[in-house]
Amino acid sequence: MPRREERNVLGVERIGEYALVRLDRGTLDPGAPGQFFMLEAPGRLLPRPLSLCLAPPGELQFLVDPVGPGTLALAELERSDAIHVFGPLGNGYDLDVQRPLLVGGGIGIAPLPYLAEVLRFPPAVLGFRSEAHAAAAVLMPGAEVVIDPVLVTHCNVQGFDVLACGPEPMLRAIAALCPGAQLAWEAPMACGYGACYGCAVEIGGELKRLCVEGPVLEASTLHAVTCEVEAA
Amino acid sequence: MQLLNASGCLDALVAPEVAGQLDAFVTKTITPLPREGNAPPRIAETAHGMLNAIGLANPGRERFLAEQLPRLRGLGLPLWISVGGFCADDYAETCAALTDVEAIELNLSCPNVDEAADSAAEIVAACRRVTTLPLYAKLSAAHPDLAPVARAVADAGADGLSLINTLRGMHLDSHTRRPVLARGSGGLSGPSLKPVALHAVYTCYAATQLPIVGMGGVSSAQDVLDMVACGAHHVALGTALFADPELPQRIRDELAVVQVDDRFACAHAGAGSHVFVA
Repeated sequence: MPRREERNVLGVERIGEYALVRLDRGTLDPGAPGQFFMLEAPGRLLPRPLSLCLAPPGELQFLVDPVGPGTLALAELERSDAIHVFGPLGNGYDLDVQRPLLVGGGIGIAPLPYLAEVLRFPPAVLGFRSEAHAAAAVLMPGAEVVIDPVLVTHCNVQGFDVLACGPEPMLRAIAALCPGAQLAWEAPMACGYGACYGCAVEIGGELKRLCVEGPVLEASTLHAVTCEVEAA
Repeated sequence: MQLLNASGCLDALVAPEVAGQLDAFVTKTITPLPREGNAPPRIAETAHGMLNAIGLANPGRERFLAEQLPRLRGLGLPLWISVGGFCADDYAETCAALTDVEAIELNLSCPNVDEAADSAAEIVAACRRVTTLPLYAKLSAAHPDLAPVARAVADAGADGLSLINTLRGMHLDSHTRRPVLARGSGGLSGPSLKPVALHAVYTCYAATQLPIVGMGGVSSAQDVLDMVACGAHHVALGTALFADPELPQRIRDELAVVQVDDRFACAHAGAGSHVFVA
């Protein structure tokens, strides 16, 4: 069972439109790239699922897009605040890949900096909807950055082992190009450990829990996510 | 007093460490046929609660009995089986197929499926005819006058009551002004439910004196003691488990401290004897 601990906030850094929440790691295991943690959002009933973005020594760092009440509360944390953190949860990326290419879109770049470190900085392409959002590319040195209306999927992904995270249309486009791609999906989640059945997505023709089966899934296994996620 | 989970709020096979903190595990509701559940989005957070419209997703009676129940037995926990359906026969057939479990909870109140055509009392009576296992009737607090419903299921042979299920509610996306849940409505749970639950437990205990599993907004030892003070024999944890999988143990630890210096907690010797009179 993953651990749940109260961890101190070391700081929150503004990165363009996003916030990087830095927590004291304590004895929590950072897990594998693509796994996620449930972070207590002060003042809210439910914690928020966030992929681990970076794991420098002694820290866990999470990239937050402050768009809803929970993510705003997380972005407004201050040094010396403390929140409960539960994880690592779910299944991350399979790191046994020959020719990795990381593809990220918007806040979906969140798990890629940690993944890039572990894979020793393979090529990466990131897409954002504005220059301000693209500031987050600073977390991925060397990555190619495109800004709408150029789509990341216009880049040549053939012949690569694609590991991706981003908005659903982007993941669908990648799935059409690369059935073997590893895609990290998002769904509303109350618990992160299989209890609430809220994060159901269609996998292999059946509705299954993304937190148990994913969040990283092979492109060919996922037929539909079917839901737009409300700002959390 | 035993600590249980509310049906549908824990998967003991995926999180046995959480289930192991409970006195008994209550399964997700089992229906005769498999159900995928409702289309996503299925959950939404509200100001002081959450809505769910899972829709009784379950593998169906046959697969539950063949695949899940043996694995659940392997956990070594007392098992309560939540049974659902769309007519009295649906419930009774599943009850008849169950043996060697701690209790059966009849889900007579899911807000996320079309309601059974038969009344709660008819369903309880049909189940009573086919099983000697303890039968708990899970009722909704949405009924305008709960006491007659509680008396009717007691007269029909219920051994206890589970109170309460979620209450139907709606949450809108602040940008689109459209329901967040694909189904439109869902069941409200969490802290906003607690006053409703306390009143339902109090009312039904006064009406029947049956053992009651109290649930709805419980997230602390104080909440547990409130439930017991209103007539609950056992207490179940639901939404609060989502945020804190160590909640059952934390509540036990809190209770151990509270009971030392709480006159109420020290005084209550058995279910019922402690219930105040308003």
